[in-house]
Amino acid sequence: MDFSVALLQIKPKLGRVADNLALIQEQLEQAIAKKADLAVLPELALTGYFLKDLVPEVALTLDSPEIAALKDLSKRISIAVGFVEVTADYQFYNSAAWFEDGELKHLHRKVYLPTYGLFDEQRYLGRGDRFRAFDTKFGRVGLLVCEDMWHLSAPYLLAMDGATTLVCLSSSPGRGVAEGELGTAAAWRNLTTSTARFMTCRVIYVNRVGYEDGVGFWGGSHVVAPSGEIVAAAPEFDPATLLVALADSELRRERISSPLVRDENLYITLRELARIDQERSC
Amino acid sequence: MSRLTINTPLVRRMLVGFLQDEIWKVGAKKAVLGLSGGIDSALVCHLAAEALGPENVHAICMPYKTSNPESEAHARLVAEASGVQFSVVGITPMVDAYFDQFPDANNMRRGNKMARERMTILFDHSALYGGLVLGTSNKTELLLGYGTLYGDMASALNPIGDLYKTQVWQLSEEVGVPRPVIEKKPSADLWAGQTDEEELGFTYREVDELLYRMVDQRADTTELVAAGFKQEFISSIYGKVQNSHFKRRLPVIAKVSGRTIDRDFRYSRDWGK
Repeated sequence: MDFSVALLQIKPKLGRVADNLALIQEQLEQAIAKKADLAVLPELALTGYFLKDLVPEVALTLDSPEIAALKDLSKRISIAVGFVEVTADYQFYNSAAWFEDGELKHLHRKVYLPTYGLFDEQRYLGRGDRFRAFDTKFGRVGLLVCEDMWHLSAPYLLAMDGATTLVCLSSSPGRGVAEGELGTAAAWRNLTTSTARFMTCRVIYVNRVGYEDGVGFWGGSHVVAPSGEIVAAAPEFDPATLLVALADSELRRERISSPLVRDENLYITLRELARIDQERSC
Repeated sequence: MSRLTINTPLVRRMLVGFLQDEIWKVGAKKAVLGLSGGIDSALVCHLAAEALGPENVHAICMPYKTSNPESEAHARLVAEASGVQFSVVGITPMVDAYFDQFPDANNMRRGNKMARERMTILFDHSALYGGLVLGTSNKTELLLGYGTLYGDMASALNPIGDLYKTQVWQLSEEVGVPRPVIEKKPSADLWAGQTDEEELGFTYREVDELLYRMVDQRADTTELVAAGFKQEFISSIYGKVQNSHFKRRLPVIAKVSGRTIDRDFRYSRDWGK
């Protein structure tokens, strides 16, 4: 179906869940007023990014009042949002939730936790163990959290599982200031457009803004059509709301002209992966 | 085109945003900085004026009696060009009062004392104006340890600490630092006629090319030699970076508990902001 998505490029405060929830609720109300059907927020929108030892302090259980508040709002707009999740056995995850019609439709726990360079996620967080597409009002969707997108297998699995829309929640630090575009921004746009083209999927990429300890998150949230064209983009570094109308006809047209997903041979992939796995374990 | 060439409008935007975000989020509006008459503090002054409005930036020139009079003139020029608040607080009485007790002190001790005297003045003015102290050390100086610990290296926020000197020159052109300040030879101005490059024994352009490859690109010695750097130069610079590392870290805390500050008690500085 045709739908309208609001990319909410916000600036969360580090470790201030109540403040961030209030900001998110306000932004969602505005998106509802603008008749958006879906709102997408960044990775860890409820908490901020460089949490370190704050992780246990800001983590939410799925039955927390904060999650209940978002669920309730999802009766009026579908919501994809990032937060720190804590389970009953005290595992902490960098999670993305999809709320729709007052329910938690899907929960994705970030699988690929970057732990190199300026990143240290694996020190503080548990690793998710699956990629699953799921059905929404807007067709089948795959959720990814930031670094997940950098592993080809992740969007591949989601596309093979039937996703036609990939939604990536991100907290990407801007770096690389040689001539031309910001290094990280150029790399991400290359990645999202290539992924859209490979999988003939829409890609909705939402990145945060603001600075934490001198690290500037670059924003630049955007929507990529299944053809690989960026159809709309938010400004870099400033908070913004980007409202984009998505037509199902574009997806249909691209799937007809480039039937890559249809032609993908799962059997070869599975057989070769099984062989590689066997050879590696020898 | 050097590998050190930067997209100056982009960096300007990132650094202005950095100053706004990091200052406003702690509930402050103002900044305080020392204006030496040199290019580093001139650049920070221009960035701060753009970020906060010149009326919210207090630049203080703190000459000693041996400082080159041209330095104060250049500091004034920068303050006028950027429109910031400007004052002069001389440090001669305090520094001389101290060294009257230690008349044999060498240039290094005197230079360090002057840098620390200036630091106390900046932090006092930070309390006076409710503004954060801006650091003006560039990446080259920080890596080489060419600065005084708890002196000019002390600050709340440093917008230019990830820019090499060569890049400071580029960005200074972009933000409109007055020409004489860009063109003069870099100097710590501790005594008449001193220049950084003479004291260091190499030019900033040479060392920046090496540091960029060594630090940013993690090139090994074989690669550096192949790129044309002399083995002795590489070893000497590597030694400087290594031996000054203590200046870039907090004081070492002896661990006795299960949760020691900065080792297993880890929070971002922007905790709750």
